[in-house]
Amino acid sequence: MRRALRWLMAVCVVVATSTAAYAADPRATDLRPLVQALGSGGYSGTEKALTQLSEAGDPAAVPVIEALQAGDLYVRKADGTVVVARKAGDAFTLTDPLTRAALGDAPAAAVEKIRINNSLRRAISASLGALTLMSPDAGVRRSAADAVFKSRDASALETLGAAIAKEQDKGVRAAMEQARAAILLTGEAASKMTDAEIQSATDTLTARGDRDALVLLNMVAGSGASDITKKSAAAAVSTLEQKLAFWAALQNLWYGLSLGSVLLLAAIGLAVTFGVMGVINMAHGEMVMIGAYTTFLVQEFFRAHAPGLFDLSILVALPAAFLVSGGVGIVIERSVIRWLYGRPLETLLATWGLSLALQQAVRSIFGPTNREVGAPSWMSGAFELGGLTITYGRLWIVIFAFTVFAALLVALKRTWFGLSIRAVTQNRPMANAMGIRTARVDALTFGLGSGIAGLAGVALSQIDNVSPNLGQGYILDSFMVVVFGGVGNLWGTLVGALTLGTMNKFLEPYAGAVLGKILVLIFIILFIQRRPRGLFALKGRAVEA
Amino acid sequence: MRTKQLTSSFGISALAGLAMGAMASFAMPAQAADDTIKVGILHSLSGTMAISETTLKDVMLMLIDEQNKKGGLLGKKLEPVVVDPASNWPLFAEKARELISKDKVSAVFGCWTSVSRKSVLPVFEELNNILFYPVQYEGEESSRNVFYTGAAPNQQAIPAVDYLMSKEKVQRWVLAGTDYVYPRTTNKILEAYLKSKGVKPEDIMINYTPFGHSDWQSIVADIKKFGSAGKKTAVVSTINGDANVPFYKELGNQGVKAQDIPVVAFSVGEEELAGIDTKPLLGHLAAWNYFQSVETPANTDFIKAWKAYTKNDKRVTNDPMEAHYIGFNMWVKAVEAAGTTEQDKVIDAMVGVAVPNLTGGYSAMLPNHHITKPVLIGEVQENGQFDVVSKTSGLVPGDEWSDYLPDSKDLIADWRKPMSCGNFNVKTGKCGGKGS
Repeated sequence: MRRALRWLMAVCVVVATSTAAYAADPRATDLRPLVQALGSGGYSGTEKALTQLSEAGDPAAVPVIEALQAGDLYVRKADGTVVVARKAGDAFTLTDPLTRAALGDAPAAAVEKIRINNSLRRAISASLGALTLMSPDAGVRRSAADAVFKSRDASALETLGAAIAKEQDKGVRAAMEQARAAILLTGEAASKMTDAEIQSATDTLTARGDRDALVLLNMVAGSGASDITKKSAAAAVSTLEQKLAFWAALQNLWYGLSLGSVLLLAAIGLAVTFGVMGVINMAHGEMVMIGAYTTFLVQEFFRAHAPGLFDLSILVALPAAFLVSGGVGIVIERSVIRWLYGRPLETLLATWGLSLALQQAVRSIFGPTNREVGAPSWMSGAFELGGLTITYGRLWIVIFAFTVFAALLVALKRTWFGLSIRAVTQNRPMANAMGIRTARVDALTFGLGSGIAGLAGVALSQIDNVSPNLGQGYILDSFMVVVFGGVGNLWGTLVGALTLGTMNKFLEPYAGAVLGKILVLIFIILFIQRRPRGLFALKGRAVEA
Repeated sequence: MRTKQLTSSFGISALAGLAMGAMASFAMPAQAADDTIKVGILHSLSGTMAISETTLKDVMLMLIDEQNKKGGLLGKKLEPVVVDPASNWPLFAEKARELISKDKVSAVFGCWTSVSRKSVLPVFEELNNILFYPVQYEGEESSRNVFYTGAAPNQQAIPAVDYLMSKEKVQRWVLAGTDYVYPRTTNKILEAYLKSKGVKPEDIMINYTPFGHSDWQSIVADIKKFGSAGKKTAVVSTINGDANVPFYKELGNQGVKAQDIPVVAFSVGEEELAGIDTKPLLGHLAAWNYFQSVETPANTDFIKAWKAYTKNDKRVTNDPMEAHYIGFNMWVKAVEAAGTTEQDKVIDAMVGVAVPNLTGGYSAMLPNHHITKPVLIGEVQENGQFDVVSKTSGLVPGDEWSDYLPDSKDLIADWRKPMSCGNFNVKTGKCGGKGS
């Protein structure tokens, strides 16, 4: 049965290869010795063969180079043949790199991987770029143009010219022209160019307007090029730098917003337990940690049972983390905190002890090392917005933070539960007299704050370590935000978080991360001196409660 | 007010009692009689450093277990005494004193951070016991009672920089580190070294961040900006512990690829990568004296034993574990040579002892209490392992007093008689120079 399957697979591969355009190319045989050379001579030998392979200019080499990049190219130890090997169970399935003909299976010990290092990786993307400029796929041509832009490989100049002449897509042509300008300005051709040509090349690069263009122009301005080239490049550098400085300021603002939303997420649960209930909850950070570990568990479940749905794991983790952290919160409130209302010092010590106990418990269960929480595909990577680089992960966290904030606000202002919370906070005996079960409200409020901390844990698991110490890093910041914003006021927490986040990010480039943090602390100390009740102080009777 | 103070102090002491109780439960029973040789293990099992140090405790237990299976030492069984200094630096000194005075251990294997080593150093010197310190560190120290089995800066940092300079043609350098003694001293040495190689001051950017720094957005952006000056740029990272994961995540998110700006790290090993998705980090570098991916018979056996001992097929091995492996075997050999576990005799017998390391060679204990090691540079692979791209041809002897710092370039350490000095100044010909 198994053999029959293998035969079937082999037949399939043969059919596939016979239809593939690459195999039909008569030049395929010429590449054989070059492909063979990839497997010998260590990194430098591979690199030399690779250069020759890409200089041959035959697109048939593309799948071979791609296999090398992916780490699928191996040397068969028995006869030194270079093969493509893909892992199938314990053994490898071998195919010929050029013809893709099946070469049977081999145990892992019979093949040796052709290893690549950074310099080879650079060479690979350069040659793939040069070889795929004429690809029928616009996306491939685009990335080919970018690769050539980076490698500035003069041998690609001819193909590049032909590709530009043929190119219909505007964006791709622009990228190709930038690549050509890059090669011309940095290569030997620059000395033979007229002033107008040099000017147009630098203009093309200035129009690109990003950091890569700046790198290149800087390189030209500092190189041994002719004076006129240098001058033109230097002028372009200063225009570009001005533009980038503007974007850098905006970028900083975004960083501030993003840090602010992380602070907001961490603090918002505390705004409920500390701000509304007045419990100095030192174990707040551990609720965040429990949320993060819940995310880990949910992801493990998805990995084991439904790997195809992994992208949804975070969405499942949200309610799970809310319930788990909230549940732990309620248990803590019922077992410890309710005996300590009105005794802040004891609460502080008890919750601190609890935080240590929870940390050690998690350490004993999950081990002291970090746990890997993966990012779903829609949360990884970045996109460019004008001159801004915005990472998807951070963007979602900003959106999430504001959503949680809004939801909490609605819950407190518009629901029966929220009304009971506010009633108990403002006047406990009266609320009791009106038939509200204050003890239950207390437990649920604490559960709500803890649950929100759990939600924060889900978000933080995407940007920080999932380790038993996760919470410790946020507890101080959370208290800072709540106290600065004004205890008992959710809007204060929002404004406080964003202010501190932005301030931190604007101080950081000038003062460094360490001094920046100190300066923020000093600012808060001075601020609290002047306004002991924070930004948005509560007025009236509620203050005394 | 008075009652409040009373209750609070009661609360604290109750809490402390609780904590002590928790710690005591980690300590192994120490009631065995004199027919065993006791070995102290001083690694944090709770608190921030537990993430790194717990593994070292486990590897020590495994090594002791294996030695006992081989028949113990001097005809006696070895008995591990584990204590938990809880990532608390003063507690390290207390626990060290407890191990030596109360448990009467013959040697201690322990510490991770430099500050914990500095904290226990006076205890070991006062009570004349032996400490094996397994982590790469900043150098500028040599004590008669400490054997440094981790890398000195010349066994890790400088070869890494050399590699980047020669193979990657790096001309611009970002020295990024966590703000404490190891990164600061290492960066001082590296800065002096780079300048001696003709790197201009404006091509060096130094950046420090607090412990556990988690928001790297603007620093990574700064690195990108610094890297856009038209010269090949690399980051030399002495960022420690927890801060690494968010740092690497941010690098991946902002698309800083190893082909463009490689990051070489001195504190990131297999263990640290276990918590990260390494696909975006392909090709970033680390410099160590050992990688799990090294293929030697000794290493294959070690990994197999480790996985069997921990009953976990996914456990990884790392450089400080190898350092303990070397240190423990050296101690065993020295005790056998001395015929006793008496500290003075063992210390004298240690110098010159050579044992196999896991990368296919022999490491020897030098008179300055540092060891010889090969230096390996590895690139991060998709599976969280390192692919060795460069290995020094021979062994590099550990240099305790850096030759690149004006304060220490004239100092050497030699604990053999008659010199017996940790900071001998070759210029003045006297023992006792600058430094400790």
